[in-house]
Amino acid sequence: MYLIFSFTMFLLGGTMAMVIRAELFQPGLQIVQPEFFNQMTTMHGLIMVFGAVMPAFVGLANWMIPLMIGAPDMALPRMNNWSFWLLPCAFLILVSTLFMQGGAPNFGWTFYAPLSTTYGPPSTTFFIFAVHIMGISSIMGAINVIATILNLRAPGMTLMKMPLFVWTWLITAFLLIAVMPVLAGVVTMMLMDINFGTSFFNAAGGGDPVLFQHVFWFFGHPEVYIMILPAFGAVSHIIPAFSRKPLFGYASMVYAVGAIALLSFVVWAHHMFTVGIPITGQLFFMYATMLIAVPTGVKVFNWVATMFRGSLSFEAPMLFAVAFVILFTIGGFSGLMLAIAPADFQYHDTYFVVAHFHYVLVPGAIFGIFASAYFWLPKWTGHMYDETLAKTHFWLSFIGMNLAFFPMHFLGLAGMPRRIPDYALQFADFNMVSSIGAFMFGATQLLFLLIVVKCVKGGKEAPAKPWDGAEGLEWTVPSPAPYHTFATPPEVK
Amino acid sequence: MAENQSYYVPEQSKWPIIATVGLGVTLYGVASIMVNAQQGESTTGSWVMFFIGALIMAYMLFGWFGSVIRESRAGLYSPQMDRSFRWGMIWFIFSEVMFFAAFFGALFYVRVFAVPWLGGEGDRGSSNMLWEGFQATWPLIQTPDPQAYPPAEATIGPWGLPLVNTILLVTSSFTITVAHHALKAGNRAKVKIWMIATILLAIGFLVLQAEEYVHAYQDLNLTLESGIYGSTFFMLTGFHGAHVTLGTLMLFIMLMRVNKGHFTADSHFGFEAAAWYWHFVDVVWLGLFVFVYII
Repeated sequence: MYLIFSFTMFLLGGTMAMVIRAELFQPGLQIVQPEFFNQMTTMHGLIMVFGAVMPAFVGLANWMIPLMIGAPDMALPRMNNWSFWLLPCAFLILVSTLFMQGGAPNFGWTFYAPLSTTYGPPSTTFFIFAVHIMGISSIMGAINVIATILNLRAPGMTLMKMPLFVWTWLITAFLLIAVMPVLAGVVTMMLMDINFGTSFFNAAGGGDPVLFQHVFWFFGHPEVYIMILPAFGAVSHIIPAFSRKPLFGYASMVYAVGAIALLSFVVWAHHMFTVGIPITGQLFFMYATMLIAVPTGVKVFNWVATMFRGSLSFEAPMLFAVAFVILFTIGGFSGLMLAIAPADFQYHDTYFVVAHFHYVLVPGAIFGIFASAYFWLPKWTGHMYDETLAKTHFWLSFIGMNLAFFPMHFLGLAGMPRRIPDYALQFADFNMVSSIGAFMFGATQLLFLLIVVKCVKGGKEAPAKPWDGAEGLEWTVPSPAPYHTFATPPEVK
Repeated sequence: MAENQSYYVPEQSKWPIIATVGLGVTLYGVASIMVNAQQGESTTGSWVMFFIGALIMAYMLFGWFGSVIRESRAGLYSPQMDRSFRWGMIWFIFSEVMFFAAFFGALFYVRVFAVPWLGGEGDRGSSNMLWEGFQATWPLIQTPDPQAYPPAEATIGPWGLPLVNTILLVTSSFTITVAHHALKAGNRAKVKIWMIATILLAIGFLVLQAEEYVHAYQDLNLTLESGIYGSTFFMLTGFHGAHVTLGTLMLFIMLMRVNKGHFTADSHFGFEAAAWYWHFVDVVWLGLFVFVYII
């Protein structure tokens, strides 16, 4: 259910991105008004982050974690169900703001005060409650994941024998429980500032707009790791399976994820280098941010080392996983560039930043989700998906994505700012290329929809273990997995 | 209980969807109340919506927890399931701690950075140019812009009402522990007495806190709109008070269950969960007492 919801949201958010790119296709305002454009950029971000990526990973967690640890279900199944149903509820409220008087939120997905408090549309209050509902859903889901992983593992499965996907979700869940309440806090402070005359973010009363940024990014930075760690876990399953070699350096992979998670708590102000924080602060956050590259590098090395001298085959999951490693690394490099505070003074709020996070999120999180979907679709549906179509989906996505986002690096370096509906003429050519790539990428996702539907409805029958190199408890149960598996837990050596 | 009891997986349940509808309607109602009030329109419809939502939530809470209690008393829960509940409660309380941490963090930032900078000290002391002559003090009686944010006349001193409240809450943590020990010893009469004591202390706290708010609003002109001091004061104490209310409700429900004969000396997780929550509320108050009232 999560995955269907997530995909629907992905298509919705994608449509909004299409509107954005259509407008940016040429200089001048052709298609939409600036006010609506701002709503599109804001909603695109909110829907993709909270409606597409996070629910997709939660969906994968709910399905795969019990199978991988030999449990019959999640620890608290009814609470889990509530976590799911809260999401359509929240998004109904969020999307309904598009139709309210004053329009939808139009202040960017990061909703800085005072733009969002003093100058926001009336729908902002509804947006805040929608965020609360999403937060409740995530926190309960994360509690469930932790309880399941710590409590329901099959006998013999010690923590250091757990599959990597389970490890990354354990750590992601911890991040979620720690930072979603902080998001709730900042959003409540916003609510008070808007409706009850408080002055949290208003210096006239002794508050500070920068306080908003601090609290928001304290949530926001771990949030982006929440969005990527499960992808790390999934890729750590897929690459060994298609290299027919065990994962290189299991222990270091676990410690690396732990280190990344811990560090993610102390780097938040690298989103705020240009806001006027004292130099000591800037230096600290710069060094801490650069440090995160180290454990991440360990992981990339280990994935490559897994492939080295392996017996490789490139079915769709592997194609997406390898593209993930290469393109995510490129995204990581641009992130490292952004981490350098004095350099960031130039890059901040330009398209360079947009390029960076789309490189880590699209070939990172999204390709990770596609790879997972192809990898586990046979287990879920009992059928093999159409490999030729899937490979087509991959290549078109790969080319489209790079066409769309690589030019953005240059646009940002040349000085094109973010969140603008119209731009100076010197940026025109790259914008056109980017829009074409975006249309290509967007259209290809309809192909993915076709592939998934086709696979659900029929196709070559899948055995319990369709991938000969795959390891893990989930491959010991039949495909499709029965409604209740592991009523009695299996023995793990 | 059975040696290798299999893990209980409940059947499909209607409560999650009901809870979703309830929560959605309640919060949509609250949002409508606020937006309509801001725009000067009638809020009656929104209040109705809110109440309907709240009723649905109440129905759901009775129903869902009722199912869990029934399943527990039917012996369907293995020790493993019990551990799931314990983990769940602990992590839930941790998330609540993080929620308060956000507000304490805001208080810290304002006191250590924002207000001193506005007063001219430190790296960003140039902020003083915004409101010349603004003095950085804490508690912030004089706001930078007294027109926009009329300041309070005085703040609430720690050694009056707040000290009484501290004594009430800390004592109530002791009384609930005594009740717990009595439950483990199987002395039900003693459990009831000490639980009633805890609840009375809690109600005392809430009454005094309400009085404090009335005093602040009416006599001291200390309101939410009194600048950042008022904002942080009411935010922190307000959410704390809300959590005390929830905790008191939980304790009351546990008392009802004790009356009905629920719980045994070995198996009383519901009671323990409520007690843990109560201790959490007490600890947050101690933090508040130190950082909001005293320092």
